[in-house]
Amino acid sequence: MRNWKFAMASTILGTAFVLGACGSTEETATGSETADSSSDEAVVEGSVAGDGSSTVAPILEGIVEEYAAVQPEVQVTVGVSGTGGGFEKFIQGETAFSNASRPIKDEEAAALEEAGIEYSEFLLAYDGLSVVVNQENDWVEDLTVEDLKELWVEDGSNKMWSDINPEWPDEEVVFYAPGTASGTYDYFNEVILEEEDIVESATLSEDDNTLVQGIQGDPNAIGFFGYAYYIANQDTLKVVTIDGVEPNPETIESGDYSPLSRPLFTYANNAKIAEDEAAYDFMQFTLENAGQMAEAVGYVPLAVEDYEQGLSDLKALK
Amino acid sequence: MRYIEQEKVIRRMNGRMVINRIFQGFFMFATALALLALVILLYRIVSQGAGHLSLEFLTNFASRFPEKAGIKAALVGSIWLMAVVAPTSILLGVGSAIYLEEYAKKGRITSFIQMNISNLAGVPSVVFGLLGLTIFVRALALGNSILAAGFTMSLLILPVIIVSAQEAIRSVPRELRDASYGMGATKWQTIVRIILPAAIPGILTGSILALSRAIGETAPLIVVGIPVIIQFLPEGVMDTFTALPMQIYDWSSRPQAEFQTVAAAGIIVLMVVLLFMNSIAVYIRNKFDKSY
Repeated sequence: MRNWKFAMASTILGTAFVLGACGSTEETATGSETADSSSDEAVVEGSVAGDGSSTVAPILEGIVEEYAAVQPEVQVTVGVSGTGGGFEKFIQGETAFSNASRPIKDEEAAALEEAGIEYSEFLLAYDGLSVVVNQENDWVEDLTVEDLKELWVEDGSNKMWSDINPEWPDEEVVFYAPGTASGTYDYFNEVILEEEDIVESATLSEDDNTLVQGIQGDPNAIGFFGYAYYIANQDTLKVVTIDGVEPNPETIESGDYSPLSRPLFTYANNAKIAEDEAAYDFMQFTLENAGQMAEAVGYVPLAVEDYEQGLSDLKALK
Repeated sequence: MRYIEQEKVIRRMNGRMVINRIFQGFFMFATALALLALVILLYRIVSQGAGHLSLEFLTNFASRFPEKAGIKAALVGSIWLMAVVAPTSILLGVGSAIYLEEYAKKGRITSFIQMNISNLAGVPSVVFGLLGLTIFVRALALGNSILAAGFTMSLLILPVIIVSAQEAIRSVPRELRDASYGMGATKWQTIVRIILPAAIPGILTGSILALSRAIGETAPLIVVGIPVIIQFLPEGVMDTFTALPMQIYDWSSRPQAEFQTVAAAGIIVLMVVLLFMNSIAVYIRNKFDKSY
């Protein structure tokens, strides 16, 4: 008997708590809604689904977070299946936009055409890597992609500066690199290491400050990290040109600083943008805020005109 | 006359005792190693993530700022997912087990089915994800909803539930059934009144372990297309959602060191949910456990 009473009491209490919690969330939801509708002209409702590259995802995460505050009635979801996985869903017509860390491939474009899906490409930002050395290093000015690979791939030998160029000092190279879990490392791995092991002597750190301090403290040091981080520390480090090209917003945007920079895109489904007010509104918000978000997460934003160009392209779809 | 040669016995005894010791040591070492790995894992996770745990962590949505990032969407999503997976998989699993044990005639076909169920238990979860994507998400047009993901997860853990429920049903003593039939009970009455009550502790243990696996699986969810970036809660089974392992996976792949602590805090939440589920299993098992 006592057991039953206890069970009954706890059920009632539990239900009361759950209902109470539901009630309070509803209240706050309606509260914020009224606050927003007063600050924003048009309240849009609906849902927008996107998927794609995990490199682009951090930009979108910031945008979705801010957008939820502006348009709480639009339910935005973004997956991280990777660029290819995102396109696979985009071709099926399951997503309104697809994020990509490379331009669309011919076969993906062909599949989209076959599926009768028209799409538009929008550039969001650039991902760039900078290779840096100590300021006292007066021998290295330029490295080729092959030099970088020779330096960074583990081959069992001690790497000397003189291995790359006999005129350079016969000193051992000291390596600093971002940790293997970082997107920066992944990118370097993809374009320079090409899936081979990084030199064992390299100091790997998730903390970019450790890398900066390490390189500042050793004349024989070399390291790499996101372009944005080099810019923040450009007074104390020396940047190396790659195949004669110096990383700066112009060379990154023009694609001359290759392969250490790449464009980050989102591809939008034209029909969904045209028909769905929520999708259009979200894409507009994305292009308006991509630059700021890109900078916040360490990417290189486009020039203001480029975002405006994107916005007018988007308007034309409607 | 001496039947026992003392010296010979001692000589052989020593060798046997040494082997005995060696294996005792080996088994202890094996257990200690597993425990040590567990302790290190727990220590690392707790020391890393405990600082980030707070009520806000449970009530905030994910954020690009690590200090504001919360697990609300994923926690609620996982609970919704379990609300679909548990009834579907337990009903279907126990149903199949009862059929295979009590009704199906033992023969080639049954043993063929049996073999395939055991094999299915070893199929990688990604494969179930692809199956779910083809059948539930696309063919049945459920989209990346809780229902589609729940059915996919149910398929994934069904073999484990069937096998463990079969074991439990098989372990109910023959005499109980015979007595029931002897009293004139039908097969259905015997199953409901005798076999299931006796088998329930075993069935539940297996089911909860399987459900624990479902709550921790990431691969099928990724394949089914469950999003990570989401700022709202699902309101029904047809809504999309995100789940704890997806959120943890996303956080742990972030370059910023702060997100590693957020991921660790997420793992703690997942572990608490798992512990809670397991303790329910233990409670039910103790409540129903009667020895025959």
